[in-house]
Amino acid sequence: MARRLLSRLGLRFVAFGYLTIILVGPLAIVFWRTFEDGFAPAWDALTTPETIHAFKLTLIITAIAVPVNTVFGIVAALAIVRKRFPGKGVLNAFIDLPLALSPVVVGLALFLLYGREGWLGGWLDQHDIQFLFALPSMVVATIFVSLPFVAREVVPTLQEIGDEQEQAARTLGANGLQTFWRITLPSIRWAVIYGVILTTARCLGEYGAVAVVSGRLQGQTETATLRVQERYDAFDLAGAYAISIALALLAILVLVAMTVIRPRGKTI
Amino acid sequence: MSIQIRYITKRLGDFVAVDDVSLNVESGSLTALLGPSGSGKSTLLRIIAGLEWPDAGQIMISGKDATGVPPQKRGVGFVFQHYAAFKHMTVADNIAFGLKVRRRPRAEIRDRVEELLHLVQLEGLGNRYPVQLSGGQRQRMGLARALAPEPDVLLLDEPFGALDARVRAELREWLTRLHDVVHVTTVFVTHDQEEAMEVADQIAVMNRGHLEQVGTPRELYDLPANEFVMRFVGDANEVGGVLVRPHDVELLPESSNGAIEAMIVRVTMLGRDAKVELHDATGAEIVALLTRDRFEELELWRGQTVWVRPRRERVLVP
Amino acid sequence: MVGLPIAALVFEATSEGSRSFWDAVSSPEAVSALKITLGTSFAVTLLNGVLGTITAWVLVRDDFRGKSVVNAIIDLPFALPTIVAGLTLLALYGPTSPIGINVAFTKASIVLAMMFVTLPFVVRTVQPVLEELDPEIEQAAHSLGASNFKTFRRVIFPALLPGILSGLALAFAKAVGEFGSLVIITGNIPFDTEVSAVYIYGRIESGDSTAAAAAAVVLLAISFGTLLSIGVIRTFATRHDRG
Repeated sequence: MARRLLSRLGLRFVAFGYLTIILVGPLAIVFWRTFEDGFAPAWDALTTPETIHAFKLTLIITAIAVPVNTVFGIVAALAIVRKRFPGKGVLNAFIDLPLALSPVVVGLALFLLYGREGWLGGWLDQHDIQFLFALPSMVVATIFVSLPFVAREVVPTLQEIGDEQEQAARTLGANGLQTFWRITLPSIRWAVIYGVILTTARCLGEYGAVAVVSGRLQGQTETATLRVQERYDAFDLAGAYAISIALALLAILVLVAMTVIRPRGKTI
Repeated sequence: MSIQIRYITKRLGDFVAVDDVSLNVESGSLTALLGPSGSGKSTLLRIIAGLEWPDAGQIMISGKDATGVPPQKRGVGFVFQHYAAFKHMTVADNIAFGLKVRRRPRAEIRDRVEELLHLVQLEGLGNRYPVQLSGGQRQRMGLARALAPEPDVLLLDEPFGALDARVRAELREWLTRLHDVVHVTTVFVTHDQEEAMEVADQIAVMNRGHLEQVGTPRELYDLPANEFVMRFVGDANEVGGVLVRPHDVELLPESSNGAIEAMIVRVTMLGRDAKVELHDATGAEIVALLTRDRFEELELWRGQTVWVRPRRERVLVP
Repeated sequence: MVGLPIAALVFEATSEGSRSFWDAVSSPEAVSALKITLGTSFAVTLLNGVLGTITAWVLVRDDFRGKSVVNAIIDLPFALPTIVAGLTLLALYGPTSPIGINVAFTKASIVLAMMFVTLPFVVRTVQPVLEELDPEIEQAAHSLGASNFKTFRRVIFPALLPGILSGLALAFAKAVGEFGSLVIITGNIPFDTEVSAVYIYGRIESGDSTAAAAAAVVLLAISFGTLLSIGVIRTFATRHDRG
């Protein structure tokens, strides 16, 4: 009996140690450092015009990317689970691809495609559309890296639910749109919400791909995450910490939402 | 609202699920599609509903060709084995669904839902969610939901299959009574021959996609068309090379023309009847059902050797 | 939307012909970056495999106050921006470390950062498998005389293996491509602490798209390969469940 207790404590020690060393410790230190000299300097660092613009930019990009990926995710999930079509496996694999791909590679690919010498770049240039080093490319990059989440949450839920409820709706006289709106969508709503939360977190935290395509022009194409880097390079450690804390607080909010929503997804 | 099924065939890959089946269902009747698993009965039902398309043949509902018509336009009500309840809606909303998508006025919907809740004996449960109901209650809700838009035809796919025996028996009786009140043309699928015999006006026996026989319960029992039907509907014994029902097995104290020798291995008293299990010379089991009077008359006991003969008029030569 | 950019990438990489592709890929800096990347990724993946499984075990089999909080923390690397992760690691394990540990600008910092971002992967793939594990199977093993350890080795571990493997594959893919968390703490010293993703970024900044594309294609291939292996693992894992 004692041996079992010992092994249990031992395992706990290892697990907790792992988490503390890697996760909790560093985060705690940053919190401490940021507010070491009080609240005011941190606040000042956060409210410079460039920083405020950076946060605004992050939020705008997120506000565009999340709905796009939500719609795409639901449509793709329905197609994958319910329909048969050639190339389905390829679609499935492509959806998972952004998860495994380095963000720098993503940024580079977009850069090459839409850059001046790229395939689409010439066309964009002709029509005087600024893509790279401007908002459009940053939005596209963010959409790309946060693509999978809604789809990956909805697919297993759809598979588990099966389509009997939809069949019942059809026999009761509902057409396609009515069935989708009244039956399908409500039955996947928790999966969608959870997927949206994950997507939002990813959009807020995106760094690598956006770093490549944005050109990091202060006050113009700098997101919050890029700003952290910029402040660090400018030896403004306090500023970098302050922005990081703000982002970390957002992350914790996301975590709380994830923890609360996740079990709900299982009951229905 | 009659149904005519004409030469329906459905293949799933190489497998023929429904093989050239034709059947007539009279308006207002209660027909059972009876058969073992894989016999194609559920597939046929779903073809009638429009949930699956046949490879060949026609479905006529109320005299009109419904073969190419999608389920929402066919006027069929469908009850699923596992209820297919709209889990995120209340019982009342579930029942109201068919009316809501047809945009019926709210007052009409409310009245109809009340009426149906009463009909299926779920009064007061309208605001509950399906997850809060028992299996039997959920299926009654499923029935109410299917009946709400006043379908021409009611189709039930093993409706009591997911329920335990006692609830099954209750709902079976209840379905018969409901049919007496509502009079909608009903077709239901089951693998339980007792259920079919008890409930249906007409039974269609299916096996491996073929329609083996169609008839009233009595016809199927007394005049089975082939060995499969005889064995599947009611019990059958093989005595001396022919098939015979247990209560058509005659027991004789002495050898007689056409009788074979057998030994009694077990006697069970079942109320008014006596069930006598025998083994013939090859060790094969024969079950005979006698009336108590006849049993006492013969003074039978375990271990005794008797002669067994089928009553000539009621046999089937396989 | 997904396919086109990838195609453009491959095209650019090979646009100067296969010779120049090969040159770019085998340039000393690129090779060094790749070696460092693969080496550290492997190490991190293995570490995560062991520690992640233990953590999942503790979360599922053990009970203690605040378990739900601990469970939630696991997802922190998913929610936190990578650059912030790098900064926080620097705060504790860098030059201004309050506990005197300074691994900044060393390979150890690469491992540290990668461990941060890949922490959730193995834990989250093993947890559901562990939760679904039928206790009756273990009870059967015990009733047949197997000790706790034997039961783990022969009954539990094989059941967990597919979950562990797919978690490892995901962690590996993430580690190989990691960028944001490494940028600050590693110092990006070529031939020492520069990983492939940082190398690629450097090539882009200096305008050498071809070299960048070449290295990127290599990473792309690794990503594809990892994705494929996850698919294979999944099929393999469910082979006993299918009819």
